Amino acid sequence: MTTTETDTLRRILDYSSRADPYPLYAELRETPVARQRDGSYVVSTYREIAGLLHDPHISSDVRNLARPMPSHAGESTPAFINLDPPEHDRLRRMAMRHFGPPHTPGLVTGMEDDLTAVVTTLIDGLEDKERIDVVDDFAYPFPVAVICHLLGVPREDEPRFHLWVDALINSIDYNPETDPKEKLENGLRARKDLREYLGGLLQRRHGKPGEDLLSRMANDDGPDGRMTDEQIVATANLLLIAGHETTVNLITNGMLTLLRHPDVLRRLREDPDLVVPLVEELLRYEPPVHIIPWRAAYSDITVAGTLIPKGAQVMLMLASGSRDPVRFHEPQRFDPDRRDNQHLGFGSGIHLCFGGPLARRETQIALTELVRRLDRPQLVTDPPPYRRSPILRGPIHLEVTQGG
Amino acid sequence: MTSADNLRAFKREGRIVIVGASLAGLRAAETLRDEGFTGSLTMIGDETCEPYDRPPLSKQVLTGWVPADGTALPRRREIDAEWLLGVPAAGLDLAANHVRLADGREIPFDRVLISTGVRARPWFVESEAALDGVFVLRTREHAEGLQRALAAGPSRVLVIGAGFTGSEIASICRERGIEVTVAELAPAPLVGALGAMIGEVASDMQRSHGVDLRCGVKVTRLEGDAQGHFRRAHFDDGTTVDADVAVVALGGIRNTEWLRGSGLAAGVWGIACDTGCRALTLDGLITDDVFVAGDVARCPNPVYEYRLISLEHWANAVEQAEVAAHNMVSPQADRWPHLTLPVFWSIQFGVNIKSVGVPTFADEVVLAQGSVADHRFVAAYGYRGRVTAAVSFDNAKWLDHYRGLIETAAPFPPPGPTPDQPLDMKPVPVDFPGPQLLAQGATVVVTGHDPGERRVTAAQQHHR
Repeated sequence: MTTTETDTLRRILDYSSRADPYPLYAELRETPVARQRDGSYVVSTYREIAGLLHDPHISSDVRNLARPMPSHAGESTPAFINLDPPEHDRLRRMAMRHFGPPHTPGLVTGMEDDLTAVVTTLIDGLEDKERIDVVDDFAYPFPVAVICHLLGVPREDEPRFHLWVDALINSIDYNPETDPKEKLENGLRARKDLREYLGGLLQRRHGKPGEDLLSRMANDDGPDGRMTDEQIVATANLLLIAGHETTVNLITNGMLTLLRHPDVLRRLREDPDLVVPLVEELLRYEPPVHIIPWRAAYSDITVAGTLIPKGAQVMLMLASGSRDPVRFHEPQRFDPDRRDNQHLGFGSGIHLCFGGPLARRETQIALTELVRRLDRPQLVTDPPPYRRSPILRGPIHLEVTQGG
Repeated sequence: MTSADNLRAFKREGRIVIVGASLAGLRAAETLRDEGFTGSLTMIGDETCEPYDRPPLSKQVLTGWVPADGTALPRRREIDAEWLLGVPAAGLDLAANHVRLADGREIPFDRVLISTGVRARPWFVESEAALDGVFVLRTREHAEGLQRALAAGPSRVLVIGAGFTGSEIASICRERGIEVTVAELAPAPLVGALGAMIGEVASDMQRSHGVDLRCGVKVTRLEGDAQGHFRRAHFDDGTTVDADVAVVALGGIRNTEWLRGSGLAAGVWGIACDTGCRALTLDGLITDDVFVAGDVARCPNPVYEYRLISLEHWANAVEQAEVAAHNMVSPQADRWPHLTLPVFWSIQFGVNIKSVGVPTFADEVVLAQGSVADHRFVAAYGYRGRVTAAVSFDNAKWLDHYRGLIETAAPFPPPGPTPDQPLDMKPVPVDFPGPQLLAQGATVVVTGHDPGERRVTAAQQHHR
């Protein structure tokens, strides 16, 4: 280990690198598995990350870390994303029953008209504006409306839980060396408040079968039985947060990338079908989830010749893996015609993004319509200002002028 | 055809004939065009329709969810070929370089790809096989007929043979609320492909879904009524079963009879080839203008001691066809070996079964993750202390890890605890049916004494 390697990760996590972490990822990849000063391991190359995502010796349960994380302490009922089989499999199956094939195959396709309607309404409101913020005016309200509708969360409560979700996501990035303790405590409090809020909504769903996910989870008995209220709340919590930050960033990163590649933007306007491979390339080139930070080695495992000891924290640098030149031809090029695009944008293995099919369709519709209807959009600031998080990465505002 | 100029000329205006117009044939044709072959391309197929996908036939088609004619294979590009459909090939003349069709036509070629696949093994008594209500399942027509018979609401279906196809059919019957009896010669379903441990799980799955499963028995006679409709089956233990539909699911027969006399190493196990998909002659020499792909190919796999293995797997047909097509138009130095590990999947009784590697190449098996009782697990297979295959039940997302273990000859049993590990993780003998069930006797006879006169001739024992 050299100090440089440890230093690279520190620079990536530093906010000043947020606009363009990719040169630092290239530095990281020089050492595919790099031990950090604190005993954690950073994995940055495609093959190694993909291998670990399918390795049963890696645990997603933070309680298996040699030094458990303070931000997850005392969590009695984790969401399935933070659990291992067999509990993970059972809870994910029970949630998936209502969210996708084979039991609910038409969920995403059945929402097409609704998704288009929300997008159309939002863009109608932008048409005459010379200057718009793609985030506040469009990329945020759209997926949040969708996830609220899906879950059965009243849209008018959005300002309340928006604050909780923000505090919660901030606490995920919590760094005990540089961050105030207050940030962690805010996160813990927000986590508790959000759970209480969702628990309250759930109480009113019992015995009242309905179409939203909360009602379905509360009233449906599948082959795996029924979820406890705590499990439903943990699941709803996960879906609400995931619905907030990831799709917003994907749409925003997408619009930013298109504005930076006017030739591709023009092609998309002329050929809307291009959006399908384009969104895949986006998930590789500018993904919303950059890092899976908290996996634990369940046994001693050897990766690319480096031994990761049992209990060690493993950070999987997904966005770096998706730009690994060993795996992708000219990885720094945005190429919607790319073939064999097995990116890590949604992760892989048993935790493969649960909402992936929905996020894909939302982004496809959003970008097609934005490009079709905005009048000669121009980027105001490049790079735009970014959100704090190095993990869930995306612009906090994206100012665009049109009609000029 | 070795010099670069010749190859360029061949790519520009050569003649390629593909015998067998199904998945492997179609993908090979597409790849040939992708690789820049602009010469003439002829597709020969014995069925009258264009290529279609077979996995749905025993699944979505039988449930009535997808119509049989809704399974056409997607065309990934224009292939600009001449299609000779509805006429089977009847011979291959490697001296004159032409394929002879059953109607007497002779189709000349510079290079030929053989992808004639397998057909369903019919019931062994012709008059009984001809009874109304007796089915096999391989083609679109078969699936259409069987789906109609199931939709008519039979009182009971008899499935003869509990391999993958038989088990999938039994599963569909239960899904449709139809009573079903499964008769299997081996001690359990799937045991020939996956061994005794999985066989027990499969038995359990069938019985818990209400299948009348009878193992270790042989069906001796199918009995019809006066109208020629199947009514009853007799077993070798003296028992009988009354049913309206019988499905014969006894595996396939490789379509190699038409190659008799061609000089190729073709027989009941398929057509032997090298990893470059070039066919072998009976003497074991590599041909240069005859290529093989798909179910009918018997290809050595270095991971499995270079044994010649033929696979009836969808992914193998695609990958082998692409390698064969690439090699047909590439110079020696640019040729690819067909080296991918076999992958196979099945869906039955609501469980997704997937395998990687060759489970029959094993002496031990161990439950590596999950629980057999819950029908959710990964079983790892080992041969002499290394991992050679893995099979998952509703746990397919882990299989890439096991693929890595197989490719790197990792020690068996696989090391280290995992979160979802069974308490009793002890390897047990894999226990496949004995050689008498698997071996079909000699396929060749060797004659001659001096090296110059040593020759191989085929022992003709093609099954009907």
